[in-house]
Amino acid sequence: MMGDQGAVNVIHHVPEAELEPPNKLYADRVRVYPKAVDGLARRIKWGILVFCLAVYYLLPWLRWSRGPGAPNQAVLLDLWNERFFFFNLELWPQDIWFLTGLLALGAVALFLVTSLFGRLWCGYACPQTVWTDLFMLVERKIEGDRNERIKRDRGPTTFGKVWRKIAKHAVWLGIAFWTGGAWVMYFVDAPTAVREFWTGTASVEVYVFIGMLTATTYLLAGWAREQVCTYMCPWPRFQSAMLDEQTFIVTYEAWRGEPRGHGRRLGVAETKFGDCVDCSACVHVCPTGIDIRDGAQLECINCGLCIDACNHVMAKTGSKPWLITWDTLARQVVKKEGITPPLRLLRARSLIYLGVMLVGTAVLGAGLALRSHIGLSVAHDRAPLFVRLENGDLRNGYSVLLINKSRQGAEFRLAVEGFTGAQLVLPEASGKPAGTLSVTLGPDTVQTVRVLVQGRPDHLEAGRQPLDFVLRNEATGEKAVYHSLFMGPGGS
Amino acid sequence: MPTKIEKDVITGTDTTGHEWDGIRELNTPLPKWWVYVYLATVVWGLGMFVLYPSIPLGTTYFHGLLGYSSRADAMAGVAEMRAMHGKQMQQIGALPFAEIQKNHDLMEVALTAGRITFAENCQPCHGPNGEGRIGYPALDTDVWRWGGTLDAIQQTITHGIRSGDPEARTSQMPSFGADGVLKPDQIQQVADYVMTLYGKGKPGVEVAAGQKIFAENCAACHGDKGQGNRDVGAPPLASRVHLYGDARETVVAQVTKPRHGVMPNWNQRLTPATIKAVALYVHSLGGGE
Repeated sequence: MMGDQGAVNVIHHVPEAELEPPNKLYADRVRVYPKAVDGLARRIKWGILVFCLAVYYLLPWLRWSRGPGAPNQAVLLDLWNERFFFFNLELWPQDIWFLTGLLALGAVALFLVTSLFGRLWCGYACPQTVWTDLFMLVERKIEGDRNERIKRDRGPTTFGKVWRKIAKHAVWLGIAFWTGGAWVMYFVDAPTAVREFWTGTASVEVYVFIGMLTATTYLLAGWAREQVCTYMCPWPRFQSAMLDEQTFIVTYEAWRGEPRGHGRRLGVAETKFGDCVDCSACVHVCPTGIDIRDGAQLECINCGLCIDACNHVMAKTGSKPWLITWDTLARQVVKKEGITPPLRLLRARSLIYLGVMLVGTAVLGAGLALRSHIGLSVAHDRAPLFVRLENGDLRNGYSVLLINKSRQGAEFRLAVEGFTGAQLVLPEASGKPAGTLSVTLGPDTVQTVRVLVQGRPDHLEAGRQPLDFVLRNEATGEKAVYHSLFMGPGGS
Repeated sequence: MPTKIEKDVITGTDTTGHEWDGIRELNTPLPKWWVYVYLATVVWGLGMFVLYPSIPLGTTYFHGLLGYSSRADAMAGVAEMRAMHGKQMQQIGALPFAEIQKNHDLMEVALTAGRITFAENCQPCHGPNGEGRIGYPALDTDVWRWGGTLDAIQQTITHGIRSGDPEARTSQMPSFGADGVLKPDQIQQVADYVMTLYGKGKPGVEVAAGQKIFAENCAACHGDKGQGNRDVGAPPLASRVHLYGDARETVVAQVTKPRHGVMPNWNQRLTPATIKAVALYVHSLGGGE
């Protein structure tokens, strides 16, 4: 149960004082047998499930032409070559801050959505929910719905039970294998990976990761299920910081439903009962096995399947639908009096989350659009700091790292600014001294060259003077500057 | 010894019977799977004991059924590496310098091999980056007594200087002072003149006499403007880079009784291919011609 002191009013099913002292130090798992249900929430959930899984399984197969020498996979996290490809976007290791930013934005987006509509992520889009839903679908198709499964599990071991169990786990493992395999395809070329996998020529890493991810998918979605949400995931633990009484969440209208109970209602004007017939339909469909009538609680993933279940019952009993509905706790308090105040979605909390998101998106977008396709880094030789030449000139050596991030090879011009008459030499190419150097960099290239700068520096009193290296792409005009130093004996 | 095993009221678990100051311990043995994993590791360990080298027997040891040896493993790796580098070093030895410079991969091997060989053999005199020191020429500047082309550097490394090798580079500057060719005051005059060649001459000092002595005695080898002569290994004097320094007393000492440095002939110690690699490395230090 979540914090009593929180903004959300939690109704304990049983007062704590009446609880028996536990005879075990930790609770046994109560097996959950979710019942099939149809309705608005269920259909939205199916839609999102199909969309998410389609994207996940098919995206690695999408081809994307990037020209020769570049991978033609639309989404590829090429760790081996240190490049991330997203359609037309290519990220270098230096751009990793963008992924960090994206994750931070994702977190804030999660805060925003949760403050507005509760744990939509948990109920609809979280991989744990999506795959658990898929596994439950398989289970239902093979072993039947809730009652049939409970009956068979409690019954003796029969042929029908055994083959169904074997079939279920086989399909689960198949899905898990496909899931693990699809994950690996985001990191290696998909068609190549499949061919190599089945011909036994893929790398050990590919087999190990597919094996690991198959195992985790099978265990988490087949066996652990709601326990992941309740015990392993940190999100439920701090969701109470995002939720408040204005959050639009799955809510049981207790003022309408209580007192609950079985009994005649149709055609009877006055009964002692509320609309809730205590049929437990809402509990039976719940994938985490909770009772929504206890109020908002840690285990609730806000999926709304109980709403669908209850609406069917309300239709049968002739009561108004939406006894379990989406609403805010604040409105529930006054709805009792027949007032339905407007939703207050825009409030300080959500505006702050929204503001952070907009600023973050703008910063990330600008950073991405303006990021440089040219890189320059210069390291001065440690020893000797300088060399004197026959005619008295001074010479300094540098290791210069040149980066061309663009997809086009080009001529680059390297020059220095700091003192007039400085000459550049490429010693490893035994080049002649020149005012600027021309370097050809292929597409997507990092290259280190040793560059010597020689001449007569004009203000070397302190033993060093600033020297700027300037690299310019002759084709695009883009340039990069690196501030370095020219060193000498000083005092002259 | 456990004395009083009883059931704990709250948890319903037996106690171990141990009691310390009223604190009793619940008897919660390790989970079964944990114990089985432990036993499996024991079995695994015994297997390793039989299959791999394990028991020391004085001067020898039990080699294990697989006959594995980490040393043999390492030596196989070393042999593999030697074979790989051997092929590339063979190419470096066979190809002319221009061909090696065009081959990026070969050049990388050559510069690496050259750098390592230089650090092991040349660094004590020429410095870690070829910066040289008094009496040992700098290799990263543009002054070369015997030439700075790849071929010239290769020749110098192979046969050395005054090394005793029949093809060694040799030059001998006369001892003008010690042998009485020049008188001490003449040596002072010629020193005054030589210092003007590299811009350290004292203003107001008369150098005409020194210039005349220079023309008669020194210009034959060092050139009439002090530009040096590589054919005879005469260093340029009109240079800001000096083997023994540019102070007046150094010049006087060198004219009076010259020092003659010796460089070993490395053909005794290094293979021709390695010498070529060192030549390429030295050439890349910055002074290469």
